[in-house]
Amino acid sequence: MAEYFANGETPEVLFWVGCAGSFDQRAQKITRAFAEILDKTGISFAILGKEESCTGDPARRAGNEFLFQMMAYNNIQVLNNYGVKKIVTACPHCFNTLRNEYPELGGHYDVVHHTTFLQQLIDQGRIKMKEGGTFKGKKITYHDSCYLGRANGVYEAPRQVLETLDAELVEMKRCRSKGLCCGAGGAQMFKEEEKGSTRVNFERGHEAISTGASVIASNCPFCMTMLTDGVKEAGREEEVKVLDIAEMIAQNLQ
Amino acid sequence: MQIVSQLLFLVALVFAIYLFSRRVLGIRRNILRGRDAALNDQPGVRWKNVLLLAFGQKKMFRNPLVAVLHFFVYAGFLIINLEILEIMIDGLAGTHRIFAPVMGSLYGVLIGCFEILAVLVAVSCAVFLIRRNIIKLKRFISKDLDGWPRSDANYILITEIALMLLFLTMNTADQVLQSRGAEHYLLTGNFWITGHLTPLFSGLSDGTLMALERGAWWLHILGVLAFLNYLPFSKHLHIVLAFPNAYYASLLPKGRMENMPAIQQEVLYAMQPELAPAAPATDNVPKFGAKDVYDLTWKNLLDAYSCTECGRCSAACPATQTGKALSPRLIMMKTRDRAEEVGRHNGTPDNKTLLRDYITEEELRACTSCNACVEECPVSINPLHIILQMRRHLVMEESSAPQEWNMMFSNIENNMAPWKFSPDDRDAWTR
Repeated sequence: MAEYFANGETPEVLFWVGCAGSFDQRAQKITRAFAEILDKTGISFAILGKEESCTGDPARRAGNEFLFQMMAYNNIQVLNNYGVKKIVTACPHCFNTLRNEYPELGGHYDVVHHTTFLQQLIDQGRIKMKEGGTFKGKKITYHDSCYLGRANGVYEAPRQVLETLDAELVEMKRCRSKGLCCGAGGAQMFKEEEKGSTRVNFERGHEAISTGASVIASNCPFCMTMLTDGVKEAGREEEVKVLDIAEMIAQNLQ
Repeated sequence: MQIVSQLLFLVALVFAIYLFSRRVLGIRRNILRGRDAALNDQPGVRWKNVLLLAFGQKKMFRNPLVAVLHFFVYAGFLIINLEILEIMIDGLAGTHRIFAPVMGSLYGVLIGCFEILAVLVAVSCAVFLIRRNIIKLKRFISKDLDGWPRSDANYILITEIALMLLFLTMNTADQVLQSRGAEHYLLTGNFWITGHLTPLFSGLSDGTLMALERGAWWLHILGVLAFLNYLPFSKHLHIVLAFPNAYYASLLPKGRMENMPAIQQEVLYAMQPELAPAAPATDNVPKFGAKDVYDLTWKNLLDAYSCTECGRCSAACPATQTGKALSPRLIMMKTRDRAEEVGRHNGTPDNKTLLRDYITEEELRACTSCNACVEECPVSINPLHIILQMRRHLVMEESSAPQEWNMMFSNIENNMAPWKFSPDDRDAWTR
């Protein structure tokens, strides 16, 4: 972003990578896949790089409002200094915080989740898919993340993107507004689960596997971790892959 | 004799209304112990919510079969209450079916509709009793409901069936008496349902029939008045509070957490000391988050009183479904219990708090903030808001957090990410 700014240029969109997308090895692949799509479709985009910080979402959900407000203050200063207007992010937690919680604190941006962004690019004809792609005819099930689904009401865009893959989309019983959480939200990602009869991600993993799908499509780096573990626990990691929608599209670009 | 009966009716009516109003004012006081929250914006959208969610019971229709049965009970209950109006006037004025001569043939149609509804209400309530006690649906046999709450639900259903049967008995006896030309029993024509039931009573004497008719009439209206006063002590209060609760429900995206302007200010002053006022504005240190019902908003407490303990929230909760201590339904029930307890001793300190004496840390820690409970609730309750406020208290007032969360906090503070990575490597994925 600093380079664009120094040259007096404005990129089409700021790609907010997020902590998972920056540091988590599995999520980095999602980040690269999405960046590749942006590159191939000729969209000028910037990242904040080292100037990006955690949005504060996990701190806020855990109860630490001070820390959240500090992170928000700093991020808003950076974003406003660069005059950022439009943000796309591959993490529904960052998406929710930037879209719903920063405006009250002085950060007003047009924020879209990467699945919505991809759907718009497809609608505009800027993304062209290969004929007979790698998912053609395969069974795919889609996991609604809580922060994209219930929290923000985005259910259709990711499904419309998946439709371009010519795959067979099978729904889990608990889908859309009834979707079962992966178990990571509310800062659970960063602590051991409370004791119970099973883990949330095992429960969800089993449900996803029982659809008979060979791919579980996700839209969130935390769901990715949880579902991957859920599939491993069931011993099905050979046959059932957990992939982000951006990765699935990137594999099949013309 | 007639005047004695009228006086008795008046006394019963006044007493019932007095008790009910006293209880309603008590609940109002308990709810207003919560902190202020402005929920009056966009009245148009709010009225639409009342129409769709409360009148239309939109969320109930996520399960259409149950929704239809529930709608019968609800519509029946509302509409049959028109009949109560006639009963009241008759009781006070010493008349019998005062609307009959005024309305002519329309009266028979009206009572016929009431009777059909009465049968639908009774049948639906019977189905609900079967679902609770014979089919034993998971959310109804949950330990959340052990003790009084489970009985409460059954009492309500049994009372409603009894009231409907009394209404039908009264009408049947009335028509047999009409056909025999008994005094006072003016001709109304045959009612749609009970008109077919008259053979059941044809063998009874006039005296027995009158006793039956009067007995059913009195039991019905006394039952209604008693039920009116049972209502505000029971989960059944949702039939009233669902309406204001739909009106005051949050209109914001579910993912948005309530802001804390006090902390926002403090952080601003820490970052830009030049903006800070020279002296602290007040001496009271604000309290962060919620430890007791006083710290919750009045809407949270209205939520608690609106809860009908159906358990749709807990059935959808990822924590409840995987055997964790958390059940959003219990969060609401415990909040109501605590609000009641505070009300009983009028708010004098009792060394108890909602946190720990009612809701444990383990329950609060199990929440994934997934909003499934909020999404499911047919009467617009938000258990998540209570949970998140209590987490804020734990972390900010008591520094009580799991060790891993403390590490996460310090990582965010020092490395700008919840994990221990160097901020310099944030763009390492590009290489």
